[in-house]
Amino acid sequence: MQISTKDIIKPENLVYTKTKLLTDTPLSYCPGCGHGTANRIVMEVLDEMGVQDKTIGIAPVGCSVLAYNFMNVDMIQAAHGRAPAVATAVKRVFPDKFVFTYQGDGDLAAIGTAETIHACNRGENITIIFVNNGIYGMTGGQMAPTTLPNMKSSTSPYGRDVEIMGHPLRITELVAQLPGTYFVSRQAVHTPAAVRKAKKAVRKAFENQKLNKGLSFVEIVSNCNSGWKMTPNDSNKWMEENMFPAYPLGDIKVPKDENI
Amino acid sequence: MKELKLMKGNEAFAEGTIRAGADAYFGYPITPQSEVLEYLMAVRPYETTGMVVLQAESEIAAINMVYGGASCGKRVLTSSSSPGISLKQEGISYLAGAELPCIILNVVRGGPGLGTIQPSQSDYFQSVKGGGHGDYKCIVLAPSSVQEMYDFPKLGFELAFKYRNPVLILSDGIIGQMMEKVYLDEPTPRWSEEEVIKNSPWATTGKVVDRERNIITSLILEASIQEKHVIKLYEKYKVIEENEIRYETFQCEDAEYLFVAYGSSARICQKAVQILREKGIKAGLLRPITLLPYPKKAINDLSKQIKSIVVVEMSMGQMVEDVMLAVECKIPVNHYGRTGGVIPSPKEVADFMMQKIKGE
Repeated sequence: MQISTKDIIKPENLVYTKTKLLTDTPLSYCPGCGHGTANRIVMEVLDEMGVQDKTIGIAPVGCSVLAYNFMNVDMIQAAHGRAPAVATAVKRVFPDKFVFTYQGDGDLAAIGTAETIHACNRGENITIIFVNNGIYGMTGGQMAPTTLPNMKSSTSPYGRDVEIMGHPLRITELVAQLPGTYFVSRQAVHTPAAVRKAKKAVRKAFENQKLNKGLSFVEIVSNCNSGWKMTPNDSNKWMEENMFPAYPLGDIKVPKDENI
Repeated sequence: MKELKLMKGNEAFAEGTIRAGADAYFGYPITPQSEVLEYLMAVRPYETTGMVVLQAESEIAAINMVYGGASCGKRVLTSSSSPGISLKQEGISYLAGAELPCIILNVVRGGPGLGTIQPSQSDYFQSVKGGGHGDYKCIVLAPSSVQEMYDFPKLGFELAFKYRNPVLILSDGIIGQMMEKVYLDEPTPRWSEEEVIKNSPWATTGKVVDRERNIITSLILEASIQEKHVIKLYEKYKVIEENEIRYETFQCEDAEYLFVAYGSSARICQKAVQILREKGIKAGLLRPITLLPYPKKAINDLSKQIKSIVVVEMSMGQMVEDVMLAVECKIPVNHYGRTGGVIPSPKEVADFMMQKIKGE
């Protein structure tokens, strides 16, 4: 007897389904980009924690400016770089809600550096998800604060000359030094194993918030195949070979009283 | 029985916010308004009413905190002075675009640039003609006494929530710093979470199963929809203009010559009217309380009995343009301005009107 597709698509054979905390709106991210997976794991964690009705997310300016179209929770779209200030107020007026920002490297580490550092330093009890792809993707591939030395972009067409353009900013290491950050981790989402680890870190970040522990900061190093002008596969390989040495994966600040 | 107290304008404003049931204040020090934050930090309303008071890392952060708090349907506010208000303009544009209620107090000092810490009224254009980018308007209230500094947080929140629009309170260094007696009324309680949800069903309070998610954004990429949104905003501003114009007249019944002035300048003109009346000149004063919406019709109506107008401002002439538009060139409109932190005296203002009457 021949098996048809219909026979295979049965509830009992279902091994994975899209979380209900993602809407049906098609993602606006480029195919191959890590943002889609990063969006998904954040929403899966919130779904698993059962806190949709208690969650308020802050979308940035950049590739994830439209995150509020995909994330099925109440969302605020902030001015460029200001998400941590917006989140500060949301958490202060609603201390019992789960508040997170989802920001890229231009938003968080260039225009929003002050807001990032001061929200971290105050130890706001929020979660910051920081997607670092070393480039301004939305505006067409300009140099970002995290662009690597000699890396080409549309505003560093001959490569980032650190003598002229300055060095990449490792803001995650920087915020880890501040007394207000409780948990700081750097992850990736380009392989199933990396996704599992990243999701664990995101989960930890929101669990910390539930326990009023202070600020949790999870960086996700991502590819930008469009901005880097590579195929998705090549961009992931390039990320492993170039981004990871500069931005090593793993936990950067782990609470003393815990083993993760 | 109302409580009577002697207070500074900035302190009265701060007390007014607590008693107006404010949920949060986000500030940053700048002269001449730092007493607002200082007063709130000394009084610690977070221990009594639960009102959040936070010193932000910058004026920019403070206005974006207001954006966050307002998105949640809470009664939130900030205060600053001219250079700081310039920094807030991006945030104010976002607040107006996303139709968020809030209060922004500007205790104006002289400019441009870092300018001076002395009083001025040179931010009129910034307040009523835009300030930030894009097609939008704020409701603008102009207090001229310490009592109004106390009263306007309550009025401001009422208007802000009625129209889902930012409210600017355009004060100045005199009103902020001077002391007067103030009648304090009974405090309005803060809204409970149930009241917040009921009063602001659009707010980000957490998506529950029986409603779609709430999104606060000013981003509308499709041009035709953005145009519709702006037209909707302007229809709202029209309703505000129909319903919310506020002004006060002083000795206008038989007036032949009129001062138009707001804030501190109105106080100075009130005295100048008395000086002129003693000399037999029938002078009067119209004081706009709302600068946006502007009392155009009231000024136009008065222009039928008035021979000429003197607009007094602590600026090189900003509101005078709106008075000229209001009277449609039917009568002469003169401007008397001192700027850079210089405060005109009632006598020089009265003398200026006298000169104009004599045709000098």
